[in-house]
Amino acid sequence: MSEAIIPALPTQAPRRRLGHAGFWLAATAAAAILILALRGMGSEYAYFAATFVLQYVVLATAWNILGGYAGYVNFGAAAFFAAGAYTTVAVSKAFGLSLLPCIGIAALVGGALGLGTGILTLRLRGAYFAIATLCLSVVLQTFIVNWSYVGGSRGAYILRPRDVPLGFDSYGGYLCAVVVVLAAAAIAIARSIEVSRLGLGLAALRDDEAAAEAAGVPTLRLKLIATSISGAMMAVAGAPLPYLGSYIEPASAFGLSYAVNAIAMPLIGGTASWAGPLIGAVLLASLQQAATVTISSAANLLIVGVVLVVFVCVAPHGIIGLFRRRR
Amino acid sequence: MSDVVLRAHAVGKRFGGFTALSGIDLEVRAGERLGLIGPNGSGKSTFTNCLAGAFANHDGCFTFKEAPLAGLKPHQRARQGLARTFQLPRPFRGLTVAENVRVPLSFGGRGAATMEAAMACLESVDLAGKAHRMPKDLTQVELRRLELARATALQPELLIVDEAMAGLSHTEVDQILALLFRLNEGGTTIIMIEHVMRAVTEFSQRLAVLVAGRKIADGPPADVLALPAVEEAYLGR
Repeated sequence: MSEAIIPALPTQAPRRRLGHAGFWLAATAAAAILILALRGMGSEYAYFAATFVLQYVVLATAWNILGGYAGYVNFGAAAFFAAGAYTTVAVSKAFGLSLLPCIGIAALVGGALGLGTGILTLRLRGAYFAIATLCLSVVLQTFIVNWSYVGGSRGAYILRPRDVPLGFDSYGGYLCAVVVVLAAAAIAIARSIEVSRLGLGLAALRDDEAAAEAAGVPTLRLKLIATSISGAMMAVAGAPLPYLGSYIEPASAFGLSYAVNAIAMPLIGGTASWAGPLIGAVLLASLQQAATVTISSAANLLIVGVVLVVFVCVAPHGIIGLFRRRR
Repeated sequence: MSDVVLRAHAVGKRFGGFTALSGIDLEVRAGERLGLIGPNGSGKSTFTNCLAGAFANHDGCFTFKEAPLAGLKPHQRARQGLARTFQLPRPFRGLTVAENVRVPLSFGGRGAATMEAAMACLESVDLAGKAHRMPKDLTQVELRRLELARATALQPELLIVDEAMAGLSHTEVDQILALLFRLNEGGTTIIMIEHVMRAVTEFSQRLAVLVAGRKIADGPPADVLALPAVEEAYLGR
């Protein structure tokens, strides 16, 4: 029997679920309220901090589609994230496009990269798959370091446009609103997958690939769909990054913190549900942002490591698992 | 159209230098109950895995409903109506009992994937009362029933039951046997791979015996079990 690296969360008797349309409407409403609340605060730091946290919500949610739902642990999240960021750099430099088209193109690049990774690793599972995705990150970083068009190892500067779109008071506010929408969309997509036939098939292949095949599940096809969607969404998470700091270089874009956080956040929140990565990302990213301001950004990975070890020991099914067990 | 639902012709399978199956010929007629027996390591499960597509056979071929199975992946064979259970129950442990059955209903493409259909499958194996429980809450015999429910959810023409009685009590064996008889009466052809001789002789209309990867006998149970070669394979000289 093939084993999933992340234990599946025991589920309880079914509850009444919100339909797809209802959930998308709720996500849209939540995004609108968050944007209005942030605009009400009108602080550049609040915009920056919210953008920082929400990009992790997108990244963790995207990772969880492959890592949580399908049980394929991807150590190469930073590669997809950086692919999105560098797509923005390359496309805006080549065609002078603004952020939104860059995000769309980043999704295509990330999706293609995910599909390619899936095809190359069709027969791999467990630690072998994880190592293969780690290799992808190394290969892609080497490629970017040697690609002078996007700045190579020196990095690249992206200047924020003077004209702020959609009547926002600053580009930081606009960027934050875009990331809020991306986070809401990522959560709604993840939830739609979770309650769909695709989600059922991914859960089956996570638990036992051979038994899933025997039950008629086209496991290879589902795996390719999951790698493509997950890759596209991780690249989307990275696409706004160059505009966030106006500068990007390979060492930080491919940084360990993205790879570690993308895995740690769903694990801490709980991998079996869309809410897990959301809770984990908000908790961990907020903690890291607070540590950056009050202690030092050097403490970030230490915090992630300590929290992760505690959760793996105390709550292997994450925060969601703790609540479900108590119900 | 012939009433042969499955035909294995000169099937062979090797693992490196070890020959697990060699020249297996077998025909199974529609609606038949065939027992496939043999000592441990005789190739029964390898034969099942080759037939279900989990292993690729090196020699020979299978035809199912007069169409070749070569090149078809396990899920494609399952969708064509060739279902199997596993020697050790392999439930989807992160899914409820009902969701376990919804997987083949959703992907088998041979019926509606509704909750009602899942409950009907579970009722047929007396598991409807545990539809919303997790597999870890089931007993060994209930896990075997869940395996059967998942296989029958594919509405198979041919069901291969791989050692479904292993480790079960006398009463539990009878329960599983009753289930299999019911399925067979519903038109499902069944190949039973089994070590529990009481079950296999009671259930099978015909027995095929594998020893060291070769078929040494094929015929009515009483005749086959009386053969000296079969007796020798089980008891030694």
